[in-house]
Amino acid sequence: MKKNSFKAWLYLLPALIFLGVFMLYPLIDVLIYSVEEGYNSASQTSFGIGSYNFSYVLHDPYFMQALQNTFLLVIITVPLSTGLALLISLGLTSIKKLRNLFQTIYFLPYVTNTLAVGLVFMILFKKTAYSDGLVNALISIFGGQSVDFIDGPYWAKMFVLCLYTIWIVLPFKILILTSALASVNEMYYKAARVDGTSKFRTFTRITLPMISPMIFYLVITGFIGAFKAYSDSVALFGTDLNAAGMNTIVGYIYDMLYGDSGGYPSYASAAAIILFVIVLTITVINLMISRKNVHY
Amino acid sequence: MKIRLENLTKKFQNRGKKGGADVVAVDNFNFEIPDGKLIGLLGPSGCGKSTALNLISGLETPTSGRIFFDDEDVTDVAVENRGVGLVFQNYALYPHLTVLKNIMFPLENLKGAKKLPRERMIDKAYEAARLVQIEELMDRKPSELSGGQQQRVAIARALVKRPRVLLLDEPLSNLDARLRLQTREEIRRIQRETGITTIFVTHDQEEAMSISDLIVVMKSGKIQQIDKPQNVYDDPKNLFVAKFLGTPAINVFVGSVKHGRIFIGDDAVMQIKGVENTAIYAGIRPEGFIPDDNGGLKCLLKGVEVMGRDTSILSSHYAQEGELIRSIVESEEAFSITALDDMIDKIIDPVHSRSDKLNEVRFSVKPKKLFIFDRETEERIYYKTV
Repeated sequence: MKKNSFKAWLYLLPALIFLGVFMLYPLIDVLIYSVEEGYNSASQTSFGIGSYNFSYVLHDPYFMQALQNTFLLVIITVPLSTGLALLISLGLTSIKKLRNLFQTIYFLPYVTNTLAVGLVFMILFKKTAYSDGLVNALISIFGGQSVDFIDGPYWAKMFVLCLYTIWIVLPFKILILTSALASVNEMYYKAARVDGTSKFRTFTRITLPMISPMIFYLVITGFIGAFKAYSDSVALFGTDLNAAGMNTIVGYIYDMLYGDSGGYPSYASAAAIILFVIVLTITVINLMISRKNVHY
Repeated sequence: MKIRLENLTKKFQNRGKKGGADVVAVDNFNFEIPDGKLIGLLGPSGCGKSTALNLISGLETPTSGRIFFDDEDVTDVAVENRGVGLVFQNYALYPHLTVLKNIMFPLENLKGAKKLPRERMIDKAYEAARLVQIEELMDRKPSELSGGQQQRVAIARALVKRPRVLLLDEPLSNLDARLRLQTREEIRRIQRETGITTIFVTHDQEEAMSISDLIVVMKSGKIQQIDKPQNVYDDPKNLFVAKFLGTPAINVFVGSVKHGRIFIGDDAVMQIKGVENTAIYAGIRPEGFIPDDNGGLKCLLKGVEVMGRDTSILSSHYAQEGELIRSIVESEEAFSITALDDMIDKIIDPVHSRSDKLNEVRFSVKPKKLFIFDRETEERIYYKTV
């Protein structure tokens, strides 16, 4: 018995070493950084332990901006992208001809580079001295005022960011949901038909509960993904996100470490810990809700 | 509720190679199911019996032909308005709903004037549950039930709306042998108690024989015979029906009718009248053999299986179709013949003994158990004994 458990540990050792060095140690280190006040990275010294770093971060208007942006992004894109993906998946499963073609088309954004998509979005939305961009051209045709979506008002920038994020995450969700829909046994639909169930009730009472584990999975990963958003913002608005007012929490952490105003690992760590707590809280809430509503 | 099918046909388009023929799953069905009976739709897999059931339920629309419930033409009536209850082979219970909610589900779908208050729905659900004896399981999820219990829930769900017709698709095939016996009695009882015209599909002839009032035997989309179970067995219309019903299966021989005598190979087994000289298949039920040292059918003894009251004698004949001839006779009778008496001690491995010493065993044949079929059409040829 003892020998066996020794062997087990031996086999687990490589993985444990990697996890320890690259996951556990940095995690603890971040926690330590975040509470060390006045840390100097050159001399590796600090004044002592305290909550000043957190208080600084929470009073930093850039962080509050990043926090607001991130929350908006999460609240808008997660429900919208999941709902949209569900609608598109339902459409895809109900067509017969050219289904594979459409499935491929809808999956294309997933294999496209984030920055390339960002570039396309910029061309579509950006207003330059020479051109208004395609979207603004369309708006003018319908008699609207042209808006600078990239350097203009906050709501316009937020709109583009959300649109971009939804566009990026949609294919994966469609992929998951189409296969979830396809895995619902045909006989349940037949049974529902015999029982005289309306289309809507079939969807809400049979289809949705049957695919609820997958929807739940998408919501959880969607939340986590959106909270960790950064590259999307960079792809659209460039690296100086604070100036654009479109920073995200992860972006703020990056800036605190390596940005032009960077070199503050303590503040970055504090922000990272705050992000961690937020994601943890949201996930726990998600799990609690799901226990009631998800059927396995 | 009488059910009448008129020229009912269902074709499926060939999806394989181009130019392939369409599959005719149900080919020109014409029959009437009397009110309040239990009907077994029997046939090998792929013969179209489930399609026939789906046509009656309304899940499939026929290519041509009409379906009547009493005198009402329901061919174009949507499935939910036909008033049928359908029990699926895998029960199709909604896994996320409790037993109670599963049974209530059809009632909750009712709209307008038919809609019941919730208490009435629950009452009705319990009523149906009592009928199939599952009242104590109402709060469980389907995954917490045994196969037999799930089956009962499925039946309760089909019955809760008081359907005019109850349809069961292979209701017993997912149950183990013991439960199957129990459940088929249960289905019989529920059908008797409710008096609902019931059709069930099965490929198990024993199942069909044991509980049906009428059996419809099908093969490749065509009806072979419709009759009471005993009649289907005693009076098969063609070779397929004769082969399909009965365990052990009927023994089939290549033979002929010559000058008023039935020949199996060169053995004259029976004198008959009213049949011209022709090539035939002869089918003899296992219980149709009489061990007789002077009998006309000369077989080679291959083995003996003693089963107490009965003995089954395994033998072979050069004109037989299939592996062995199996005849079941009363044990006393069996050991009256010389060959068997000599053999019985010497056989070590009864079935597989390939002793060089050929032991002849002779039988005479009971006329009622010997059927002859036209070699070409495989249709039954009726004869009179002399």
